[in-house]
Amino acid sequence: MKKNKKSNGGVLRFIGRYTAGHRHWLVLAVLAVLVSTTASFLIPQVIRFTVDLVLGSETEGAPPYMLAALDALGGRDSLRANLIWCAGAVVVLSVGGGLFTFASRLCIATGTERFCRDLRERLYGHIQKLPFQWHVENKTGDIIQRCTSDLDVVRNFVSAQLLEVIRTVILIGVALGLMFSMNVTLSLISLAFIPLIGAYSTVFYFLVGKRFLAADEAEGELTINVQENLTGVRVVRAFGREHYELDRFDKYNNGFANLWLKLGRTLSIYWGTGDIATGFQIFTIVVAGAIFAVNGTITLGEFLVFVSYNQSLAWPIRALGRVLSEMSKTGVSTGRLQEILDAEEEPAEPNATKPDLHCDIRFDNVTFSYDKLDVLKDLNFTVPAGSTFGILGATGSGKSTITYLLNRLYDLQPGFGSIWFGDTEIREIDRQYLRRNVGLVLQEPFLYSKTIEENIAIADQVQRDDCRSETADFEIDRRRVRRAAGIAAVDDAISEFTKGYDTVVGERGVTLSGGQKQRVAIARTLMLEAPVMVFDDSMSAVDLETDAKIRAALKEGTGASTVILISHRINTLMAADNIMVLEDGRVADIGTHAELIRRPGPYKRIYDMQSEAAADAGQSLEEIAAGGADGAANTPEGGGV
Amino acid sequence: MQEQDYGAKSFSLKVWKKMLPFVRPYRGALFTAFALMLFLALVDVSIPLFLAYAVDNFVRPGTTAGMGPYIALYAGMILLQGPAVTWMARRAMHVEMNLGKDLKRATFVHLQTLGLSYYNQNAVGWILARVMSDTNHISGTVAWALTDMFWSILYVVFVFGAMLLLNWRLALLVMLVVPFVAALTAVFQSKFLTAHRAMRRANSRLTGAYNEGITGAKTSKTLVIEDRNARDFAQLTGQMYKASLRSSLLSAVFIPIIIFFSSTAVALVLQRGGVMVMENVLPFGTLSAFISYALSILEPVQQIARVLSDFIATQANIERVDGLLSQEPGIIDSPEVVEKYGTTFEPKRENWEPIKGDIEFRDVSFMYPDGDEWVLEDFNLTIPAGTTVALVGETGAGKSTLVNLACRFYEPTKGQVLIDGVDVRERSQLWLHSRLGYVLQNPHLFSGTVKENIRYGRATCCKTRIYNAARLVSADLVVAKLENGYDTDVGEGGDRLSTGEKQLVSFARAVLADPPIFVLDEATSSIDTETEQLIQNAISHILQGRTSFLVAHRLSTIRDADLVLVVKSGRIIERGTHDELMAQKGYYHGLYTAMRIDESAGAP
Repeated sequence: MKKNKKSNGGVLRFIGRYTAGHRHWLVLAVLAVLVSTTASFLIPQVIRFTVDLVLGSETEGAPPYMLAALDALGGRDSLRANLIWCAGAVVVLSVGGGLFTFASRLCIATGTERFCRDLRERLYGHIQKLPFQWHVENKTGDIIQRCTSDLDVVRNFVSAQLLEVIRTVILIGVALGLMFSMNVTLSLISLAFIPLIGAYSTVFYFLVGKRFLAADEAEGELTINVQENLTGVRVVRAFGREHYELDRFDKYNNGFANLWLKLGRTLSIYWGTGDIATGFQIFTIVVAGAIFAVNGTITLGEFLVFVSYNQSLAWPIRALGRVLSEMSKTGVSTGRLQEILDAEEEPAEPNATKPDLHCDIRFDNVTFSYDKLDVLKDLNFTVPAGSTFGILGATGSGKSTITYLLNRLYDLQPGFGSIWFGDTEIREIDRQYLRRNVGLVLQEPFLYSKTIEENIAIADQVQRDDCRSETADFEIDRRRVRRAAGIAAVDDAISEFTKGYDTVVGERGVTLSGGQKQRVAIARTLMLEAPVMVFDDSMSAVDLETDAKIRAALKEGTGASTVILISHRINTLMAADNIMVLEDGRVADIGTHAELIRRPGPYKRIYDMQSEAAADAGQSLEEIAAGGADGAANTPEGGGV
Repeated sequence: MQEQDYGAKSFSLKVWKKMLPFVRPYRGALFTAFALMLFLALVDVSIPLFLAYAVDNFVRPGTTAGMGPYIALYAGMILLQGPAVTWMARRAMHVEMNLGKDLKRATFVHLQTLGLSYYNQNAVGWILARVMSDTNHISGTVAWALTDMFWSILYVVFVFGAMLLLNWRLALLVMLVVPFVAALTAVFQSKFLTAHRAMRRANSRLTGAYNEGITGAKTSKTLVIEDRNARDFAQLTGQMYKASLRSSLLSAVFIPIIIFFSSTAVALVLQRGGVMVMENVLPFGTLSAFISYALSILEPVQQIARVLSDFIATQANIERVDGLLSQEPGIIDSPEVVEKYGTTFEPKRENWEPIKGDIEFRDVSFMYPDGDEWVLEDFNLTIPAGTTVALVGETGAGKSTLVNLACRFYEPTKGQVLIDGVDVRERSQLWLHSRLGYVLQNPHLFSGTVKENIRYGRATCCKTRIYNAARLVSADLVVAKLENGYDTDVGEGGDRLSTGEKQLVSFARAVLADPPIFVLDEATSSIDTETEQLIQNAISHILQGRTSFLVAHRLSTIRDADLVLVVKSGRIIERGTHDELMAQKGYYHGLYTAMRIDESAGAP
């Protein structure tokens, strides 16, 4: 992903933007925290009041408002007689404070968790809709680290620090107000520390941000490394390269730990400095206040009260420093999440059309490149509606690129040709509609961690979902699943599993062979009953016998659909209505099997190579022509396996 | 399949003990951090004394005499506090990061030894969450929660001590709160643990879902099921939401109750002490001091409550990491083997015998660990070194089982597999694996350049050998089409290359390893005919003198093999050379005939 431009000012903007809909919880939490802060501020006051003014008579050190309260409550003697009231007040305040603490925690937790839930869903949904190109460019491990670890940093900030900021600001405001009302000179001395604290906090703010960015990126790298090792575990084992993998892991793991320690060193100095600054602030007020008191500028009582106010100012300021460092870290994390969220989804196309795709498909001067090298060069061909169209081409000749273009996984750049479905240019067709109606079986199919039945029915369910409500649970049409599996010749294999169609496959679950996977993928695409079907070398891992069986069934099962078959096997292609030979991104030849084997060229060459076996076995071309038609039926045991 | 669940065990030191070996190396650092905490607690307790001193010695007498030493001592104290905080934080951070690093390494190392069946049962995202996030959580708790708790407990104990000295009756009144707090904690601990377990499980599922959603993005797009995936994902975030909220709710209840208990204790002291003062049983000054102390523990008690709930919850993380670490590897080298051959990470190559490549299956019966059917029963087969064995049969018939056994990815349930006449179990896994060349049908490449992939793990390997290996299997044709040649990044999993291109590169990788035993599992299925023809000769050349297994559908390869094994429904039903099998006119004959016709002429 492109280099992060750290924008720390973005923390609050980020939180503001993505807490939409849940902000009232945060507001409630703030209100509750106001009450609970007041209660926790009052409890010690009540106790001091009781001890100093009711039980003792320390009027000289008492703040004016306490003396006022004493008068209002009927004076010292009546309270002494009813001491239980004072104790009761403490209990009542602590119950009230407790209830509001609970309420604030409840509200902030609800707000935070809802915010996180939404953010997770937004991230996931967004990632699903990002263009294929983005997925190619970004590493899975890194995205996962951002969506989990960085999100946790933001979550902690919102749940733990946000209220702290507000509480701190309130406490500072109250303390400052009280201080200025008592003595301006001392207040100014006390305030003199704020610019100082502000200055070094700013320095550390940027330092922490810089260090945390490095550490966070290192965590991303480490996650990529572990994720790839786990994904490629079979290769690691087969080559006995565990030691090499461990060395690589150690490199990233140590790098990650060291960068964090570096961040820790910065933070520890920050904290130490903070403690010294706060300590000196209190120290200055104690010493200066003592001198003022000795001089007679202030009374002893004022001195004591002032010192206590100053203390209640010093600690929140120190806490604010810590909040700032958290905010700096959070800024990095929100920046990394924002990068994902800012990546542009496949653009919505309000004017896109949804034409009937039972029509000719025409490539018109199509040129396409991933990086700089052209993969397709001025490609021209037409696939007639309802026909079967074969594509043969060498490794890397651009076959798969054609399928990607047909599904708009990539779009053609303006001026590099066009692809037509009948009279409609492909970029005018609604992307989702197109994908649903051009059923593509990928060369390396991906199965989801679900049962086989759910895997086959997955796209079909979605189609029916759209006709109904959002959340309804859908009946899988078992009959159609079985039929699709039958056409893909995988029904018998599935039935042999102990749990049959309920066998869980995918990342965790029964490991299917390459051929079984391909056939499940074929069945899955067949469920779409799409007007255009594209098979990208989808039977490479299927044995020839099964290959033939599938093709025969397809012929009947797909009816009026246009079928595009990509394969290296002549016998997979030979029955197609037209066969295109692709060479280095260009059409080398096009025609029927009969035409192509009559003229010299790549098709004929490959045909000759592949029929060598037959020739060796002494079969003539005439015999082939006669026996070919029922070749599939000649399978031993009637093809029942 | 479900993720491993950890019973309803409540807080147990036994689980925590599992972390001892990991913490032990850092006990020095932890000790230093504790000592500094002790110092800081003392400083924190004594700082208020400076104010009292100033009042009693300067303000009340109205003199500034003796202020010089006072200022010096006070300032000195503050100046000491700063570095002490810095030092303490560094020690704690040292423990946190290194403990986390060690835990990650331990899980990673263990993962390299776990059998493939573990990977079939656990999603990558689940494992990833354990390796990364659970270990971070544990090390953070050990380093910070322990030191914070230590500070708070010290502080509270100091203050209790002072209170006992002042007035033991009132102090006992305050201590009344302890059994309540203890009882409350006992009631809450299993709830904390359960809630946190649910959270961690949800976290791991979320990670799994991200992993699947991202790696399957291409397929999801082509099937237009993005919205459906998002709906499925919303269920997981819903679980996470519930679990997190429940966990927050518990501490939202727990902490205020603790605060309530401690405030009530203070109120009791106020009432009882006030009466005592009025009855002149207690001097006013003592009550005042006592109350000051009682107030000062409110904050630390709150902190103890908070840290305690975190601490208890972390047991869930330990259970998960420990669950991974104590997962039995399916295949273990015996201590004697390790003694002689070394471990996977520290091999004793000097003791390694060279390998010839004779493979023998002796009375082998086999059942997959997660299966319930015999795949092989009393199977015997001798493969002399240099033999090419072709495995023929339908997709999914179990051709890979034999390969898995010969390569010791699995071990026979009964009987023996011998290599050069010695049971594979009498040598280390690495001894065998580093002699294998394995080309898989779905080749996996790692992020990095083509060159790095071909070289895979061989730090010292000259370019010429890499280029030669690539040329031998025509992978140089792939490279020629790439923008930066051998230095082109192939992308994650090799995704920037086509399947056929990946097969060629992974083939080159195997060739470079120059292994005595070669396994080609449909290694050329996505390679075009002309290229395949090109490398066909190379393959026969490469396989010369090596024991090799070919899993293939193509006739030419099968016919040239020294031995053909026909596999059907997980069993070997025929074996022999091509000619022998043809003469038997059995299953192979039928299969071959069908294939021949098909290959030359094709079906409709």
